[in-house]
Amino acid sequence: MSQATLSLSRTRHSLAPWARIAALAVCALLTLGPVVWTVSTSLRTPAEAFDLPPKIIPTDPSLEAYSGVFDQIDVWLLALNSTLVTALIAVGQMITAGLAGYAFARLEFRFKKPLFGLVLATMMVPLQVTIVPVFLVLKSMGLTDTLLGLIIPAFPTAFGTFLMRQYFLGMPKDLGEAAMLDGCGPWRIFRSVYAPLAAPGLAIVGVLAFNYHWNEFFRPLILETSGQNYTLPLGLVSLQGNLGTGSISVVLAGVVLSMIPAVAVFVVGQRPLREGITSAGVNR
Amino acid sequence: MTNTQIPAVRPPQPATPPAPAPRTAARDRGSRLLATLFLAPTIVGIVVFTVVPIIGSVVLSLFHWNVIDEPSFAGAANYGEVFTDSTVLVSFRNTLVFMVFAVALQLVVALVLALAVNGRMPVWLRSVFRSAFFFPLVLSAASISVVMKYLFNQDFGVVNWVLGLVGVAPVPWLTSENAAMATVILVYVWQQFGFSFLLFVGGLNNIPKEIHEAASLDGATGLRKHLNVTLPLLSPTLLVASVVGIINALQVFEQPYVLTNGGPGDATRTVVMVIYESAFEQLRFGEASAVGVLLFVLIMAVTALQFRLSRRFVHYQ
Repeated sequence: MSQATLSLSRTRHSLAPWARIAALAVCALLTLGPVVWTVSTSLRTPAEAFDLPPKIIPTDPSLEAYSGVFDQIDVWLLALNSTLVTALIAVGQMITAGLAGYAFARLEFRFKKPLFGLVLATMMVPLQVTIVPVFLVLKSMGLTDTLLGLIIPAFPTAFGTFLMRQYFLGMPKDLGEAAMLDGCGPWRIFRSVYAPLAAPGLAIVGVLAFNYHWNEFFRPLILETSGQNYTLPLGLVSLQGNLGTGSISVVLAGVVLSMIPAVAVFVVGQRPLREGITSAGVNR
Repeated sequence: MTNTQIPAVRPPQPATPPAPAPRTAARDRGSRLLATLFLAPTIVGIVVFTVVPIIGSVVLSLFHWNVIDEPSFAGAANYGEVFTDSTVLVSFRNTLVFMVFAVALQLVVALVLALAVNGRMPVWLRSVFRSAFFFPLVLSAASISVVMKYLFNQDFGVVNWVLGLVGVAPVPWLTSENAAMATVILVYVWQQFGFSFLLFVGGLNNIPKEIHEAASLDGATGLRKHLNVTLPLLSPTLLVASVVGIINALQVFEQPYVLTNGGPGDATRTVVMVIYESAFEQLRFGEASAVGVLLFVLIMAVTALQFRLSRRFVHYQ
């Protein structure tokens, strides 16, 4: 009897896969379609960009649109600004989260619980709610319309701190105790025993920070008013606004250029990125 | 008490050393000093850029202030204005409508795809699908909205061209009130569903295989197995995905800002757009803060409600 049920369920399962995989393939195409269209249209000349049906493989690929972007906006400046902001925030978050996470996981001090509670509570506060006072604080520091105004407020990371605390808690306690018996002080224990083991955790913090801040739009839109301080997303949106519907392939060439680092991180750091994104959700 | 008597439900504790390590006053002082140094950047940063601004938002919301003149006390006037200003009211309505449809669509799409990807298939194919669905998440919402604005253009957009092939008349995706909101939702979900998808794939992997096998042996297959067996086991993940989905959806900004700039009329104007416009375009910092405080209260209320409701529906193993 159970033998029969088993084989029945097996045949039902073996009928479904092709339909299921085909449906998944269609969904994957819909998901990647806009990206493929962006790349292929950016390779057409501005004059051909509106041609329908859209040719996925351009018959006559041209880099005209790419030179167009460099003519219309200072791509190098935008890319430099974006790189500076993103890299400094990523490194800064790795440092602050690594240190604070270690303190919460492995050091003894007063008010540990309430301080950690404070850090966790700030994870619940959306940036958009505090942006007006944050703007005023930065203004009083003279940091509006500067790249530093984007960078410094992003250094503390509640989520990164939480993640690094978990990471250090997961390391064996005996390591530090053995070092302490050998006469190491708290700093040496951190520096020589635990910090060298923290790289994979720090990679998650860094990759997440890169992904978020490379694509960030809301804060730059509010803080950066002069073009010389624009980051890539801001520059692209204003390029599209200035050109109206004029030369679509130029705008799309800019979008493709700005995607390259994000895609590179996706390819190289997909694992830490996936772990980070899912744990960011689970621990929110 | 021996180790074997510890109940299995207790989370694994880090092993304690047989004897407490020797401690000296100097070492404790060193530890405290190091902790202070290590925590200073994070705690100072959080106080300056989150705690003070929260208090500041509440205080500012009680004043009229345009940055140039002296602030004047307004009492609850800014909040009153929120409820009488039709643009602000509409923005709250829009945001709630957006949230309901975007989150529902995002969860359904992600769940169906996660179940489908979880089925039998070659390992390489599974990782191709997983990467494809997760890919839009790494792109900039602002740039993607620029791309989508072209794709959904009524006259020369690819979407209407494809629909034209099957005889559908051109849809005014961005220029009619109802379609504009639907387009903003579609573009948002296109980029965001990968997040819920990743959560669901992780949740499905955590369901022990034996449970599925037992259900199949009992004759449960296909949809029924998923409804009666998989969903209850996945309910903690569903809760997380919906809470995070709702929190994010209530803060939507880039898509409506780039796609429609809130239009046509106010049809796609969201709460965060109103905060941005009233503070940084109209210099009404008090009113913007009041809207921000209300958004914060809304987010907290929805989250609390959700946890309360979920106590009835979420099954923890």
